[in-house]
Amino acid sequence: MDDLLREFLTESGEHLDTVDAELVRFEQDPNNETILRNIFRLVHTIKGTCGFLGLPRLEALAHAAETLMGRFRDGLPATSQSVTLILSTLDRLKAILADLEATGSEPAGSDDDLISALEAMAEPAAVAAPPPEPVLPDPVARELKPGEVTLDELEAAFMAAPGPDEAGFAAPVEAPEPVLPKPAPPKPALPKAEAPKAEHSRTEAAEADSAKAEPARVEGAEVETTATGKIQTIRVNVDTLEHLMTMVSELVLTRNQLLEIARRHEDSSYKVPLQRLSHVTAELQEGVMKTRMQPIGNAWQKLPRVVRDLSAELGKQIDLVMVGAETELDRQVLEVIKDPLTHMVRNSADHGLESTAGRVAAGKPARGTIRLAAYHEGGTITIEIADDGKGLDLAAIRRKAVERGLAPQADVDRMTDAQVAKFIFHAGFSTAAAVTSVSGRGVGMDVVKTNIETIGGIIDIATTAGRGTTFTIKIPLTLAIVAALIVRAGEHRFALPQVAVLELVRVDAGAQRVERINGSPVLRLRERLLPIVSLTGLLGQSSGHAEGAETEQAGFVVVAQVGRQRFGILVDEVFHTEEIVVKPMSAKLRHIPMFAGNTILGDGAVVLIVDPNGVARQVAQGVQGSAGHAEAEADTVEIGDTKTTLLVFKGGQGSFKAVPLSLVTRLEEIECDKVEWLGGRPLIQYRGRLMPLVPADPAITIRSEGTQALVVFSDGERAMGLVVDEIVDIVEERLDIEIAADRSDLIGSAVLRGRATDIINIAHFLPLAYDDWARGPKRPEQISTLLLVDDSAFFRDMLSPVLKAAGYQVITASSADAAMTTLQADPRIEVVVTDLEMPGRNGFDLVAAMRGAEPRLAGLPVIGLTGTVGTESVERARALAISDLVAKFDRSGLIAALAEISTSKVSKAA
Amino acid sequence: MQAANANGTETGATDDFVTVFVGETLFGLAIERVHDVFVPSGVTPVPLAPAEIVGLLNLRGRVVTALCLRRRLGLPDAEADGDKAKRKMAIGLEQGGETFALVVDGVGEVLKLGADSREAVPINLDPRWRNLATCVHRLDGRLLVILDVDALLGFSAAGAQAA
Repeated sequence: MDDLLREFLTESGEHLDTVDAELVRFEQDPNNETILRNIFRLVHTIKGTCGFLGLPRLEALAHAAETLMGRFRDGLPATSQSVTLILSTLDRLKAILADLEATGSEPAGSDDDLISALEAMAEPAAVAAPPPEPVLPDPVARELKPGEVTLDELEAAFMAAPGPDEAGFAAPVEAPEPVLPKPAPPKPALPKAEAPKAEHSRTEAAEADSAKAEPARVEGAEVETTATGKIQTIRVNVDTLEHLMTMVSELVLTRNQLLEIARRHEDSSYKVPLQRLSHVTAELQEGVMKTRMQPIGNAWQKLPRVVRDLSAELGKQIDLVMVGAETELDRQVLEVIKDPLTHMVRNSADHGLESTAGRVAAGKPARGTIRLAAYHEGGTITIEIADDGKGLDLAAIRRKAVERGLAPQADVDRMTDAQVAKFIFHAGFSTAAAVTSVSGRGVGMDVVKTNIETIGGIIDIATTAGRGTTFTIKIPLTLAIVAALIVRAGEHRFALPQVAVLELVRVDAGAQRVERINGSPVLRLRERLLPIVSLTGLLGQSSGHAEGAETEQAGFVVVAQVGRQRFGILVDEVFHTEEIVVKPMSAKLRHIPMFAGNTILGDGAVVLIVDPNGVARQVAQGVQGSAGHAEAEADTVEIGDTKTTLLVFKGGQGSFKAVPLSLVTRLEEIECDKVEWLGGRPLIQYRGRLMPLVPADPAITIRSEGTQALVVFSDGERAMGLVVDEIVDIVEERLDIEIAADRSDLIGSAVLRGRATDIINIAHFLPLAYDDWARGPKRPEQISTLLLVDDSAFFRDMLSPVLKAAGYQVITASSADAAMTTLQADPRIEVVVTDLEMPGRNGFDLVAAMRGAEPRLAGLPVIGLTGTVGTESVERARALAISDLVAKFDRSGLIAALAEISTSKVSKAA
Repeated sequence: MQAANANGTETGATDDFVTVFVGETLFGLAIERVHDVFVPSGVTPVPLAPAEIVGLLNLRGRVVTALCLRRRLGLPDAEADGDKAKRKMAIGLEQGGETFALVVDGVGEVLKLGADSREAVPINLDPRWRNLATCVHRLDGRLLVILDVDALLGFSAAGAQAA
């Protein structure tokens, strides 16, 4: 295909689109001369160009259409019928053009049907026109009349018309026709041979300056001579622009790198030119971006025609209002949203608007309105598609959602209207009672959503019964460069597109802390609960238990919104925002839904761009922390000096009981029918294992109906469910335990929130669940006996069962003095675990005393328990050769420290 | 030129190969396919990626997907202790307009080899290797396994995960 033909195709395509839109306008406003003149000119241009490129079918069609339009200008009323006929002619023209583009030649076929219809339509007024004879030479002869008559007018219209880019073609076209009656369209002549010839005649006819061989130059001349105050435009290949864009992106990166280097060096001689470079680059970037920008009106061009056709097909009267057509956005984005927009307008016309009768009955104006609006908002473009129809039938959607099994009835009942409306984005979802040719097949809205999401956009629905539905689409201005928040999760940095980010919240163990419900982290944010996902967890890089628990204590929550879904992404650190150049993911990695691409930061590092849409989907599915959390038993609870967090529950005859929250793994509510009895003991299947159930009080009986509250304790792979009547609260209070009652299941009682509460002794319950729990699993432990020193009976009672469960013989002492006595008396003790903060002689004093005593005691390994690990205590601990410092509630840390001591002992022995 | 790594049946002609090694095994890559030899640094791992992919790295302003020849061949990662923890090398390869970095233990010299030393891939080789190798050259004292670059890069995301 030669260049000339290609250019013709592009141009004719554009012209036809314009004619489409203009015709619809003309139909509504038949007295508007300007519109008619514009249409006439465009069709004429197409006809003429076809003539000299040797495309007889196209020419004959365009000619017939032109003749009819000539009649309109002469005063023939433009009826809906005639407009429809011209529109279908345009469709045929488009079809032929499409074929031409694909094959390089006009397809065979006859257009007699359309041509004769067009001519018949033009007939009544056409006095002089010869009878229809769709042979080629004839039209030209016949055409002379209207052609000649209108030439001046045409010329005038031509001058006034915008867009000098058409000049190059329009000019050669208009001239040959009247001047050269005979050589009109030689059928299959070679276009190449034809072109210079036509060109030649043009120069003669138009009496322009001397020989100008190439159309491109002619265009220039045309602009010079005819255009004053016109915007000069040239056609540039899209690939050229794309390449330019890539290069500018690289330049931006290089500049960022230079700036980064300059920040590190003090040498100021760079700074000024670098500053300049920075500005120039920014301007260049902006300039290049502009070349890619197109008004959104380009995507809307086809819509008036679509709406007109629909309105005829559906028998509804529809007005299409378009606001902000000049809003510019990146052509890449434009391409992607074109079809979704068309689809949504069709949907609005078909589903959204009621029938005319329905509207009148509802007391609304008979004509329905679809309003399209586009405007800039920050770095994004907002597009609204609104109709004033009946609104979404939420009841029907709820019903349909349940029918189709998208959600259980109970969930659907609980959903807000906005959530329910979202169901229309599910594949195959349609509530249209009847399937029409326009819509109702349930194909589409899901595609619309997917398309919009692929470009990082979001779509939202607002609907009011009887008032209409508004779809709001937010899309980024460009896909190439986005503002992103650079964050750290684990060891690596990631970029989070700023569009999705609402705010940042710092979380720590204090006021703003991440809480958990059944292992799922949530955050209280302004009286609302925000679901949280940790980025490390999401990406499956959790690095061990203890660390994981710590990082969830402190960090930042990036509050993000995708559609109506709000969630928090927990990251470890937030750096800054940066304009990043989005590079696509490698084909090998494109299947990972979490990433939208990658980029090179100012310091040269490659970082991955997190896709908020992908994250949102994961949040909804709750697949967070695949492995890490199931076993996360050590929820370290920070406590103040003496404050303890306790879980309060009702157990037995309405009495309040409590257990330190740090011991609790999970709170569960189970269906009573899940409880099984094995050998007289209650069990449930829990996470793929059998878990024994133990009542917290003999007075509690396991319910036979409804749900049963459980407090789950676990240790390693074992778990026990403590059956309670009701979980009441979590309190953080100074614990002041009254003397223990003589019941082994209780440590004692305390006043919590003004209520007398029993503090239960887990050590009592564990053996009830597993006979061998207290005896410990058969591990080849080297250390079997340890001394636990703590002034608080509570802690001794809490830690003893844990240590016993880990396989140690535990001897306890309540003070440093008692510990020394025990140590001297009992040679079996191989390791000492001591609280460092004790009244009177503290843990350090004890260790100091040990180190100064006989060799057996001086060499004993010691683990220190401390509420706060400060540098001072670390120093002292090192001076006293304390093996490890462990936070008081960190049970798994303590076990790990003990295990390390025993292995080091083994290796020493070996 | 294209024939070099595929069949290359002409007798007198020789082909050039860049040799790389993984552990004790020597591999050859058709020189026309090798765009770069560099020391990979600043590799950003990609969570959830197929195991073969080590991560992404910045090669003169381009983002390059690095894959590990060891893992591609189903070999365990090199132990990082002692002097074995040498610096890795990477070979820049291109396929379908995308650049990949093949991480290897080391890069040797460029060898000019004729058809006389060429042998078909022994049939008792691990199938995974057989699919990646085109032929074997007998060198003095050792063997050189010629790798098919397209096959090396031709793993699908899904297949890699399954493997």
